[in-house]
Amino acid sequence: MGEAIVVTSGKGGVGKTTTSANIGTALALLGKKVVLVDTDIGLRNLDVIMGLENRVIYDLIDVAEKRCRLEQALIKDKRFDELYMLPAAQTKDKDDITTDSMLSIITELKQTHDFVIIDCPAGIEQGFRNAIAGAERAIIVTTQETAAVRDADRVIGLLEQHKIPSKLVVNRVRPAMMKRGEVLEINDICQVLAIDLLGIVPEDEKVISGSNAGEPVSLNPTFKSGLAYRNIARRMLGDMVPLMTLNEKTGTLTKLRKFFGMS
Amino acid sequence: MTVKQHIIIKGVKDGLLFLLDDQCDFEAILNELKHKIEKTHQQLLTGPLIHITVKLGNRTISEEQSKQLSDIIRSQGNLIIHAIESDVPTIPRAHAELKVITAIVRAGQEIEYDGDLLLLGDVHPGGIIRCTGDIYVLGALKGVAHAGIKGREKAIISASLLRPTQMKIADYLSQPTDEYEVSDGLMEYAYIDNEQVCIQKLTLLHRENRLPIIMRGV
Repeated sequence: MGEAIVVTSGKGGVGKTTTSANIGTALALLGKKVVLVDTDIGLRNLDVIMGLENRVIYDLIDVAEKRCRLEQALIKDKRFDELYMLPAAQTKDKDDITTDSMLSIITELKQTHDFVIIDCPAGIEQGFRNAIAGAERAIIVTTQETAAVRDADRVIGLLEQHKIPSKLVVNRVRPAMMKRGEVLEINDICQVLAIDLLGIVPEDEKVISGSNAGEPVSLNPTFKSGLAYRNIARRMLGDMVPLMTLNEKTGTLTKLRKFFGMS
Repeated sequence: MTVKQHIIIKGVKDGLLFLLDDQCDFEAILNELKHKIEKTHQQLLTGPLIHITVKLGNRTISEEQSKQLSDIIRSQGNLIIHAIESDVPTIPRAHAELKVITAIVRAGQEIEYDGDLLLLGDVHPGGIIRCTGDIYVLGALKGVAHAGIKGREKAIISASLLRPTQMKIADYLSQPTDEYEVSDGLMEYAYIDNEQVCIQKLTLLHRENRLPIIMRGV
């Protein structure tokens, strides 16, 4: 019996789908059987980021309305045998599925997978209620923007009402701006939201190019962001992994000075 | 006039005594008081400052009613209300219901209570806490707080960290300005003084003399 985890944020554009794709991929790398569920009906993106767009035949609504069996709608990943995804419908609406049918689909998926990662749409309306229906844990994605933190706070409150515990991922971390005090510190965000930190992901252009190419960055641990997602997946499995340090690139001279103990 | 008089005015050593009937409608008293002050008793009520003591008899009145009463009396410039007394024993406020809530009030959440409220936890920006009495927050108050929602102007709002986005006591609204930032880490409370929401260190709350400290075994 697996575990269903919803990835949500309230605010749009903070990286829910990217986080879902990368955490799912990283868990698959660690040998887990994972299914990614896109619940952003009408605006599906997860298949694009996973590079599986042309394999979509059936979708979530087809399963809910019994036009196909659940296994028929699942798409197997190109790279892993035990990574699947269930795409959202593109032509329908968030109201075209009920929380009850969502719950039964998620429950069924949990029987055959270790992790069911649910990618939640932005907002706190019907789409959100559908996405959290079958979840027993939540990953809150936020950035260092006050607006994103405010929305995350709202969502954590709603999840608490549904007795769903949540952990935090701070995405698109900008170390230089943090140093200059232009954005919220990680510690401040954790303190404000009063939930546990699952990990931080540095801002990385590779995330965008990876998403465009359909290759999640977590496939490549030489990317800082890729390593960050892998660390998050390990922490989800109970490993103690220290937070990565986010120093800016240092020049040769600085390194040399450090070597001689001069700074 | 055959109508029964509801208000008896007596002269005493230090002013005037208004004895109010406790069997009739409160509206009737207000009307009669107005009538007496504005029409019939003009000669008695003009001149030097006079201290007024109002005796309610076996009647308790709300703050609202008390305000109506004093407004009418104050409309006459030379009348000063010395006291409004009731024969009904009042329960000290310390024994009034204090509700203890342990929670984090997050954005979009709201707590409302009829009485005084003690919150063990924070109020986040976007969260709202409202009650008819005082608000005490053992934690950071960063959202919206409204004490005395039914008009109790003596209500206070206090917090370990008083940084609200907005604060209201009775009908007085306060949006924080930089002057809030003087606390040097001490607990503070907000109260109404001179129709304005003011901030003071919590250690000075005793000056309001809300409850006497009883020394035992001294």
